[in-house]
Amino acid sequence: MRAPGVWLSTLSALGLAFLYLPIAVLVVFSFNASRLSATWQGLSWQWYEVLWRDEALRAATENSLLVAGVSTVIVMLLGVPAAMGLELVRARWRRVLEPMFLLPLVIPEVMMGVALLLLFVFLRMPLSLTTVIIGHVAFNLPVAIVVLRARLQKLDFRLLEAAYDLGATPWQAFRRITLPLLFPAILGAMLLAFTISLDDFIVTFFVAGPGATTLPLKVYSMIKSGLSPEINALSAVLVAVSMGLVGLSLIFQRR
Amino acid sequence: MMPASPAQNRDRKGEARGALCWLLAPAVLWTAFFCLLPLAVILAVSFATRGTYGGILWELSLENYRDLLHLLYGRIFGQSLLLAALTTIVCLAMGFPLAYYIARLPPRRQALWLVLIMVPFWTNFLVRTYAWIFILRTEGLMNTVLLKLGLIPTPIEILYSNSAVVLGLVYGYLPFMVLPLYAAIERVDRALIEAAWDLYADRWSVFRLVLVPLTKPGIVAGCVLVFIPSLGAFITPDLLGGARSMMVGNLIQHEYLIARDWPLGSAISIVLMALVTGAMIWYFRAQSVVDDKRGAS
Repeated sequence: MRAPGVWLSTLSALGLAFLYLPIAVLVVFSFNASRLSATWQGLSWQWYEVLWRDEALRAATENSLLVAGVSTVIVMLLGVPAAMGLELVRARWRRVLEPMFLLPLVIPEVMMGVALLLLFVFLRMPLSLTTVIIGHVAFNLPVAIVVLRARLQKLDFRLLEAAYDLGATPWQAFRRITLPLLFPAILGAMLLAFTISLDDFIVTFFVAGPGATTLPLKVYSMIKSGLSPEINALSAVLVAVSMGLVGLSLIFQRR
Repeated sequence: MMPASPAQNRDRKGEARGALCWLLAPAVLWTAFFCLLPLAVILAVSFATRGTYGGILWELSLENYRDLLHLLYGRIFGQSLLLAALTTIVCLAMGFPLAYYIARLPPRRQALWLVLIMVPFWTNFLVRTYAWIFILRTEGLMNTVLLKLGLIPTPIEILYSNSAVVLGLVYGYLPFMVLPLYAAIERVDRALIEAAWDLYADRWSVFRLVLVPLTKPGIVAGCVLVFIPSLGAFITPDLLGGARSMMVGNLIQHEYLIARDWPLGSAISIVLMALVTGAMIWYFRAQSVVDDKRGAS
């Protein structure tokens, strides 16, 4: 093939600019001194100070971290054994189980939200942080299974057979062979699940009860109640956090 | 220690198969309870009737589905399909040159570009949507800059319209188009394209007669990956759309949380899921046709 021409390079650079410009604009204007947020009136930290003092925001952040932390742990407790089981089970079973596990990836998020809401209503479970955690596990489990299986498929099973031949019990083989080899993928999957949980709005929106406001729910209500430079500052913080987490996750998955 | 006899080995394998149940059981139970059961409930409720105060009466009927044929709902479904289709077309038009460019870079720079394409996707979706409100609104950045430069006499009113919704959706889902397209273009045998040039094909013919047929699975994959989330979009039309930009996702939310007509909301969800399934069947058909062709040649 010929080397990319000037035309194509320009077009691609524009495409990348399209992806980054809006985010960059938000971050830059979070340092704007003006209350009328679209005109530049000098550098200022004041909106970050406003953020720092916002009690409701702090409560929402704590809720988000709690939900992300707990749901990530549950996802891994369910997902690591499931991914290993899928690798070892007969193909006939895999063909049934794998689509079942991955189903939440294709269900429209709004539908997932209302379906869980209906379930909780029928079970007479009051909406709370618990229901939010259940929702987050539901959509993160397939993500973890996909990431873990990608790694497991590259795993050299002769190492496991060697361990068995040398008299290792299944548990010993798991702890001494599989777990260390799988560890980067586990960390990667955890970071991914944690990030997705921190960012989720739609499912949370349907299954969160009063007092279970998470960060994205708070952001949504701030956007709905009118624009203020504070949202820009909060956005900049969220951008930095999710990019950092994803960066880490990429590093772990590559190892 | 004595080496294990074949019989002992077989026992161990039997043991491992027994352990498999315990490995898979928790996740299977969880998925059955918090994924399959809710879907079954929503299907059942879609045949029920709304109670006077918003509850559910178990008088089974097809009433809810018949209601969906009503003009208003039909319009919202039509609008969603149209906006999702437009989003897909725009993403394809923007994504193809970008994917083609990346596929022709040296390998190290390919990896860098792919990460650069994915990074914005991992930024909070609400934040990315908010960025467009900040830019597009009447007193927003775009109008401020254009007015100061004297390029426009009055502000452009584009926020809260269908155009803004399509823009927001394209912005959100462009990476879903670029990645499968890149994977497909990267795999194309370069000799085939060289041959086309050598045979004096012009750019358009190379694209239409060589590149498109060879990358069809990637094109279909990208289109499906963009179309499905666009069709079920909620945040984008909610924040960037106007009163007339309602999409199916917003309709479901409206029926559930505002009108409190859960049976009707459930029926709408089931129809949405059916449309999504249709798109996926199309996707798998397209992929398997290609596989058959590859297998035959």
